[in-house]
Amino acid sequence: MFKKTILLKDTSFSPEDKTRDVFTRCLDYLREKQLEQDIQVVRVADSGVYGQGLVMKVLPDATLYVNLKDEDVTRVIDAAAQNKTIEGLALKKAPKQIRIVLRNCGKIDPESLEEYIATGGYVGLKKALLELTPDKVIEEMKKAGLRGRGGAGYPTWMKWKFARQVVADQKFVICNADEGDPGAYMDRSVLEGDPHSVIEGLIIAAYAVGASKGYFYIRAEYPLAVERIQKAIDQANAAGLLGKNILGSAFSLDLEIRLGAGAFVCGEETALIASIEGRRGTPRPRPPYPSVKGLWDKPTVINNVETLSNVSFILLKGSEQFASIGTEKSKGTKVFAVTGKVKNSGLVEVPMGITLREIVYDIGGGTISGKAVKAVQTGGPSGGVIPVDALDTQVDYENLQKLGSIMGSGGMIVMDEEDCMVDIAKFYLGFCVDESCGKCAPCRIGGYQMLEVLKRVANGQAKLEDMTVLRRISQAMQKASLCGLGQTAANPVLSTMKYFESEYKQHIENKKCPAGKCSALSNYAIIQEKCKRCSLCQKNCPVEAIPGSREDGFTIVQEKCIKCGRCLEVCKFKAVSKT
Amino acid sequence: MPKVIKAKINGILLRVPEGTTILEAAEKVQVKIPTLCKHPDLTASAGCGICIVRIKGTAKMLRACSTPIEEGMEIITHDPEIVEIRRTVIELILSNHPNDCLKCGRNNNCELQKLTADFGIRQESFPQFLKNLPTDNSTNTITLEPPKCILCGRCVEVCQNGQDVWALSFLERGIKTRISPAGEIQLADSPCVRCGQCSNHCPTGAIVEKDHTGKVWEALLDPDKFCVVQIAPAVRVAIGEAFGFPVGTNLTRKMYAVLRRLGFKAVFDTSFAADVTIMEEASEFEERFINNKKPLPLITSCCPSWVDFMEKFHGDMIEHFSSCKSPHEILGVLSKTYYARKNNIDPAKIFMVSIMPCTSKKYEISRSDEMFASGYQDIDVALTTRELSRMIKQSGLDFNHLPEEECDSILGEYAGAGVIFGATGGVMEAALRTANYFITGNELERVDFDAVRGLKGVKEAEIEIAGKKVKIAIAHGLGNVEYVINKVREAKKNNKEMPWHFIEVMACPGGCVGGGGQPYNVTDELRIKRAEGLYKEDKTKEIRCSHQNPYIKRIYEEFLEKPLSEKSEKLLHTAYKSRPTYRK
Repeated sequence: MFKKTILLKDTSFSPEDKTRDVFTRCLDYLREKQLEQDIQVVRVADSGVYGQGLVMKVLPDATLYVNLKDEDVTRVIDAAAQNKTIEGLALKKAPKQIRIVLRNCGKIDPESLEEYIATGGYVGLKKALLELTPDKVIEEMKKAGLRGRGGAGYPTWMKWKFARQVVADQKFVICNADEGDPGAYMDRSVLEGDPHSVIEGLIIAAYAVGASKGYFYIRAEYPLAVERIQKAIDQANAAGLLGKNILGSAFSLDLEIRLGAGAFVCGEETALIASIEGRRGTPRPRPPYPSVKGLWDKPTVINNVETLSNVSFILLKGSEQFASIGTEKSKGTKVFAVTGKVKNSGLVEVPMGITLREIVYDIGGGTISGKAVKAVQTGGPSGGVIPVDALDTQVDYENLQKLGSIMGSGGMIVMDEEDCMVDIAKFYLGFCVDESCGKCAPCRIGGYQMLEVLKRVANGQAKLEDMTVLRRISQAMQKASLCGLGQTAANPVLSTMKYFESEYKQHIENKKCPAGKCSALSNYAIIQEKCKRCSLCQKNCPVEAIPGSREDGFTIVQEKCIKCGRCLEVCKFKAVSKT
Repeated sequence: MPKVIKAKINGILLRVPEGTTILEAAEKVQVKIPTLCKHPDLTASAGCGICIVRIKGTAKMLRACSTPIEEGMEIITHDPEIVEIRRTVIELILSNHPNDCLKCGRNNNCELQKLTADFGIRQESFPQFLKNLPTDNSTNTITLEPPKCILCGRCVEVCQNGQDVWALSFLERGIKTRISPAGEIQLADSPCVRCGQCSNHCPTGAIVEKDHTGKVWEALLDPDKFCVVQIAPAVRVAIGEAFGFPVGTNLTRKMYAVLRRLGFKAVFDTSFAADVTIMEEASEFEERFINNKKPLPLITSCCPSWVDFMEKFHGDMIEHFSSCKSPHEILGVLSKTYYARKNNIDPAKIFMVSIMPCTSKKYEISRSDEMFASGYQDIDVALTTRELSRMIKQSGLDFNHLPEEECDSILGEYAGAGVIFGATGGVMEAALRTANYFITGNELERVDFDAVRGLKGVKEAEIEIAGKKVKIAIAHGLGNVEYVINKVREAKKNNKEMPWHFIEVMACPGGCVGGGGQPYNVTDELRIKRAEGLYKEDKTKEIRCSHQNPYIKRIYEEFLEKPLSEKSEKLLHTAYKSRPTYRK
């Protein structure tokens, strides 16, 4: 085995970086220094760190190097070979994190069953199958207090129990890997980084409810995840961990992958079921719940990726250890994809009960700009914004809901003064309007009409009564939409209106966007004192809104200006103002 | 016995069988919860969101249409918030629906219009935006106007799960969602069999029958035209619904009167031609069953949607199809040949209008060369029951108080067998009455075949004729066809004995009484009542078997010679061919 493994962030998702060259150079260097037997360099799609240029991560000690320059690459290899860390270049390990879900990510070769087993993999399954009855397994989940990590936080043991209680000739389990929240990629990281932990969780779930067939519903945009899960399923089949009489027990299970075609709504349980059945991916009313009547009308348990990874951990380490982490009602950890204006963006796994402030400042390192945090958005398009005064809230399902947001699948966007709340609401609502399946009228038309209102607000064309219109449609969407997508789509609007009403009013009454984000409400002008009459702004204006000459100077004709901001970008003398 | 559930609606305790929805249960305590997408005939799509109710102890509101009532549930069907939300949803739907009620085919019987009126919506709270999608008139039978569609999903449900045709589906998503045949094609190029069930279930004017009343008014005005008309069996027991008569009232003679007063020079009855059909079809059956001239089973062919469906999906069944035309086509050709000659009328001047319960007949009248057997188009226009109701209303004739009149002879006098054609199983029953006579030479003591009546999707029975067992099957609603056809196909493939000797199929649930051109809001309850109206007439008829109808005997003596004669074959029979499911 290699003494060290260096993960190199892959190029495929950011064409401009040069990892491919770097990778060849690494190989050359290893050969040159005859380190090929000791160190391996692996190109990865995902290092869990974003927007930080070239990234190298040295395993097993997980030393992280970011924003590397070309010449640093060989230094990192040298340091790894000598078991050293380059002080000043290596990022400090983030504190306050506990890794349960991400326990193996980046530590083991995701394509090696042996490496997973070496970390205690499938021990939990063995315990479940050979030592525990299905009811006992459900009891373990109850003691652990695990709640669904897909967003709603429904107790996992209850879902299982309902399905277990139904008498049926066939039951199904499904792993919901249709991760779709904008900016969320924790499920993908686990699927790609530790596929066996999810498979193990799914087998345990199947055993607990008595299912003989299971599906992975993975979005097709996750090709590596699909590949790795398929490989892991094949390995598990070959090793007797799947298929007939698993580990010599009486329990048998077949697993199969089904690809999602990219519709966000297919993450909703009933729409997901419709999609697997080969029908149009639209939700149907519940009850009956899938645990009673699901896939092909058979009892079906659907668990999210992160939930299942927790399941295998709980069976391995015991419910007590899991339940010792977290708050009274929310146990264990939660993985968040922290992004936005935060300095250290990336995946974090934190214990439930940690405060938002700790995540944003202690782990995230505060804002990149150094400006004050304005709000934190959680829960993706179904969630809401949490204002800076509430940053000391302990993160758990109930608390976030009280604030008008939700835990969701774990998106977390940090916003500073330059983020406009109307713009944020418009972005998230726009996402739901795009992704609405179109089946039910409140979501389909309500979302569209709300978005039209928000566009008017952002353009300074709204009236104060429009705030009432937004609230009225929100109420109808929340109460009369068929599925979670429509019922929660108004949340980003309602929460921004709740905490930042004055910002809405500024847009409506004063025709101003305090954050300077809504372009229709900003004015560009040339500061004559600073202008050097270089004419660059004139040349770059796409709509010829800047008449004048190098002799007479330049002005911006407001009526023609489309507020694209190009003049401000190109001016070298800071002679264009935006107000 | 299903379990009994105890629950409370608006504080009133009630007991209902397990599986009852909140919507159904509420009716038991005199609450009609408003809904737009739910049709009593169809599985709830739960799309519109108007039927929401509050359940005590839960924050969410649930849809009454699709939520089964549970033990101990306490339901509130209306309070200020519920009403406000319903109003908002209706207004949202209106914001995506054109305001051209006055000129819409569903003006005054549109379900959205009614809700808007009930909720007293007087203003436009949300700016209107419309779908810019073209009208689809390609089938010449039903008109699809996508901008009027509120996406309730009834048409898709009835087309896919009810009729198993899959011509209509939802396309795209979100605000762009629309109903259309899959693949950017028009209905005429899709698997659509023109049964019109979509138009019958549509709550708005998004899918309506193609209106041909203009052509009829024009012909009635034309002094050179000799306008004649025929009414199908199922129309007489349904048209009354448009004029406030109790469901199932048989208005045959009032219809004759009103048609004459509209200006038709002769009024015929399709039931007469149904008797002719029976003469031909029973003879075909005899040929196959006794003389083994062609393979069994014999399958009926008087439903043009069923014919279209068979040609598109079950082309291998063609050899089993009765080659006999449908009754109204037979009447068409007889009026332009026999009747014209007898009364010395130039057949070129005869303008033949069929009043049908059916949208598909509009397609059938020009479906193949055989529909021009008289040398002219045998039927000039086919109108639906709904179109005739409108013509009557336009004319100002007081249908309700018109005195009754008789039909014109001889293309009008029919046996009881002819009129039960309008109900599922009716063709089979009529055919059995006559086939028995043809094969045995004896009349039946009892002509009622109870086993073939009723609304069971597939009805099977065994009848003894001349000591031989005749096994029959009846399917209605195209969704029930596959079971029957597959069994036949399997037997053919394995050279096994056929499961049945004689099969009747009608495309629409309930047969023609439930046809796509019939009055709206059809349910099984209505279908049964309409059928009863027909069976009652049959029961009271002195002559109940087609072969006993003296006028039938006469037309064969004077004109057609005998069933399956060369002349009959030429005028009364047609041919079929396999057609592609998708034309492009």
